[in-house]
Amino acid sequence: MTTAVRPATASAAATAQATPLLEVQGVSIVFGGLLALNNVHTRVWPGQIKAIIGPNGAGKTTLFNIITGIYSPTQGEVLFKGEPIQGLKPHLIAARGITRTFQTIRLFRGMTVLENVMVGLHHHTRSGFLHAALRLSLARREERWMHAQAMQILERMGLASMADEEAINLPFGLQRILEVARALATQPDLLILDEPASGLNESESRRLMDLLRSIRDEGTTILLVEHDMELVMELAEEILVLVYGTPIAEGPPDEIRSHPEVIAAYLGDEKLSAWSPIGRKM
Amino acid sequence: MRGFHSHRNEWGLLILALVVLLLGLFEIVQPGGRNVSSLTGNVITFNTLVRIGILTIVVVGLNVLMGYAGQVSLGQAAFYGLGAYISGILTTRAELLGIPGSVESSWWWPWLLMVLGMAFTGLFAFLVGRPILRLKGHYLAMGTLGLGIMIYILFRENLGFRASTINITGGFDGLVDIPRLRIGGFVLWPLSRYYFLVWLMALLSIALALNVVHSRVGRALRAIHGSEVAAEAMAVDTGDFKVRALVFSAVLASLAGSLYAHFQAAVSPGPFSFTGSLELVVMAAVGGLRNVWGAPLGVTVILVIEEFLRARGHRIFAGIGSEAEPVVFGLILILIMIFLPDGLTTSLRRLPRLWQRRPGRLPTTSQEARP
Amino acid sequence: MSVNAQAKQFLKKSRPTRQARTRQMALVAATVVLLGSIILYLGAQKQFGPLQYAQLILDGLRGGTIYALIALGFVTVFNVTGIINFAQGGFVMLGAMLAVTIHNGLALAGWPAGPRLAVAILAAVAATTLIGVLVERLTIYPARNAEPLTLIIITVGVYIVMQGVALIVWGTDAYSLPAFTTLAMQDKTIRLGTLIVKAQSFWIWGVTGVTMAVLYAFFERTMWGRALRACSVNRTAARLMGIRPDRMSALAFALAAAMGAIGGVVLAPATRPAYDMGLTLGLKGFVAAIMGGLLNPPAAVVGGILLGVIENVGAGVTRAGIKDIFAFIILIWVLLFRPQGLFGRQQTVEKV
Repeated sequence: MTTAVRPATASAAATAQATPLLEVQGVSIVFGGLLALNNVHTRVWPGQIKAIIGPNGAGKTTLFNIITGIYSPTQGEVLFKGEPIQGLKPHLIAARGITRTFQTIRLFRGMTVLENVMVGLHHHTRSGFLHAALRLSLARREERWMHAQAMQILERMGLASMADEEAINLPFGLQRILEVARALATQPDLLILDEPASGLNESESRRLMDLLRSIRDEGTTILLVEHDMELVMELAEEILVLVYGTPIAEGPPDEIRSHPEVIAAYLGDEKLSAWSPIGRKM
Repeated sequence: MRGFHSHRNEWGLLILALVVLLLGLFEIVQPGGRNVSSLTGNVITFNTLVRIGILTIVVVGLNVLMGYAGQVSLGQAAFYGLGAYISGILTTRAELLGIPGSVESSWWWPWLLMVLGMAFTGLFAFLVGRPILRLKGHYLAMGTLGLGIMIYILFRENLGFRASTINITGGFDGLVDIPRLRIGGFVLWPLSRYYFLVWLMALLSIALALNVVHSRVGRALRAIHGSEVAAEAMAVDTGDFKVRALVFSAVLASLAGSLYAHFQAAVSPGPFSFTGSLELVVMAAVGGLRNVWGAPLGVTVILVIEEFLRARGHRIFAGIGSEAEPVVFGLILILIMIFLPDGLTTSLRRLPRLWQRRPGRLPTTSQEARP
Repeated sequence: MSVNAQAKQFLKKSRPTRQARTRQMALVAATVVLLGSIILYLGAQKQFGPLQYAQLILDGLRGGTIYALIALGFVTVFNVTGIINFAQGGFVMLGAMLAVTIHNGLALAGWPAGPRLAVAILAAVAATTLIGVLVERLTIYPARNAEPLTLIIITVGVYIVMQGVALIVWGTDAYSLPAFTTLAMQDKTIRLGTLIVKAQSFWIWGVTGVTMAVLYAFFERTMWGRALRACSVNRTAARLMGIRPDRMSALAFALAAAMGAIGGVVLAPATRPAYDMGLTLGLKGFVAAIMGGLLNPPAAVVGGILLGVIENVGAGVTRAGIKDIFAFIILIWVLLFRPQGLFGRQQTVEKV
């Protein structure tokens, strides 16, 4: 059983790595009436923090759902560590090293904070019905380990004091952090976050940014969707812009910031910069 | 809940075991000519206690399936019936499968059947589980309903064969003359003896379920119930676990069915119909689905009510008596579902909380959360 | 290309992929062929000719129409409240039993045959409708925010109470209502060539047909009907328009109760109503509703008729005792292979 902290890998933006961690190749999907994603190509490199932005309904969550196996693309492939994963069941993809959080918080109701995180450790343990029912030593050992690991993660996130609270009783900002904690417990290679800062105030967002950076420094690649432009611009090393399911721009923040089509997509007006005080939070 | 470290459950088991033991001894010794029946004015008989034990086994499994894995089953009586019929058929008509009479009448045969029945029923649940459990919500409930009724009809209609050609299930009247269980020469009868076997099994079931629930598996099941999508995202193979929960509940139900067969010494399709499945769900729901102890509690409450109505009903309802039973039963069910939808155990657990209110305990900003 | 133009380009009409459709059609075809062969094989064992099948189908149409009516009751309630109303069969039973009691009472009071039957029927339907509203107000409304399972159990409880009360009031006896044509216990037999039909069957078809037509008109043409439909499509939006969902819920139950009672009343002369007739009828009506996808009234009607025919033919070629099993075989088949109903579109994926 491995510990929760990994050795740091060289964190870099678009380094000259041989293989990208995640590769989306020509993915399209049709949903009862709508071409939700249209020929999306993108790559995520190990150690990167990459963001996907775009107006609402642009298909960002849909893309995440395809990557994590909830949907199967009508066309195209998704490669993770070089292997195709499109169409695989979500739990198999999660077992390979991709974990995610959700746009609407999906904590496990009826379970405590600690228990929520312990579920994240599910994949690293294997005791089953029989082991549990008969209290075999494997089950007991794993239980102790899971408990300790989960507490460690909670301590790191500052949630340890609430370990036995019902998860849904937590204030909103902490629920978001808990979701990240739970995802971290799976020790993912790629962590996908769907609007992690949504509903957070200024200081909470800052804290989230620091957290994400430290997660990346420990070796987890991060792919996120966000509407908070400030956070995206500061945090992300590369940004993909999706509009109506089509990628219209991809590159480092500075490039995106001044990309005419991107500005047009958000405001329909080429003259207003997206990062003026008016247009800061989309 | 703190995993294996919660001692409340161990105490609970111990206390229950003691109560069971005491009641059993009381019935055997019968001090001053009194037994359980006389103590309760013939409302609760020893017979009732045995029935409570048998049904507890079924409902414990159902509780894990519905309360923890969150999968509705309106056909659980089918698994119960499978265990009963397997034990019944192969101890009275084993020649149908070419099993010699010497084996059929041996003392170890019914025990082997019990285990084989559990295996068979478990396998059956596994096979039908995968497709059925892909359904959700209403559809799952209806799927289990349909399956349960189909099996009941098969019981009732002798699997579709003409009784004159080959009598398997005994049709509407069922099977009789099922032997009692024995160990070597020691017969587990009369009731005062059988009672101990039944409750040993019941206590074991509760213990097993408690262990499962407070483990990685139990958390996975509760996660599935809480949010199936998120559970999948945490690498929980939801389909697999749901089927396992079903198999677990089916195996327990089959065990109970076998015990029932040797208890009644007869099996008929009646208890395994849709109404039977409903009764099981009611027992589970009334007791409280989110707690394993809800099972024995729910069974006890429902059976006591039934017995009370049967014994005293005519006095209260001026001559209507047992006919009033379903009405009262239904009304109680409705009332509990409206006012205590989480069942009795959860509501009882909340009582202490209501007294010790702890205002403002949770920090409201993330700043305060820093240790 | 500007973003707007791109957007326009992406909105296409929805059509399931060709691949999916052929697969579905192959599945249905395979089932039909398999089923058909089994039926024909078993029928041949009994030397069935086309006449026997025709008779079986004809008889099946009678039961099927009742199932269709019951199915409509389910669909109405489900559409508006999202609840599966287990008590639906109870409404059928109450309609039948109340009609019998009122009729017998009026007979004792010396009423002539025709009027007393008519009054009994109308009164029974009215009374059952009232009971339906009471049920909703007393048991559903207080629990309107509960989990679906809780509500299902509540409606089960309601059914248990209904059947229990029926047991107390009417006992286990089977009763009878005079046939509508002859106003006597013996019904008129009508011959269509060599086929035999009871006159009551025409009443069943006629009344059910009229009921459905009235229902259709109600939903399409009247204010209340449209309000009901609005509620089922989008509850919140309906509320914003000033429609009260709880009133709609009561109305839905009233309609379902009325439909159930009408079915029971028109069926009563053909069968022998008893306190427990509601259970199996309700379940089969429910299966028919599922065949219609639980949301599609006309499909539920077709489902009911289909169910009636299939189970009667099935029972005819095998044994009467296992007649009930066909409904559940169909149920499992539909749930596994076409949960959206026989005519439903493939559901769009749940939004995550």
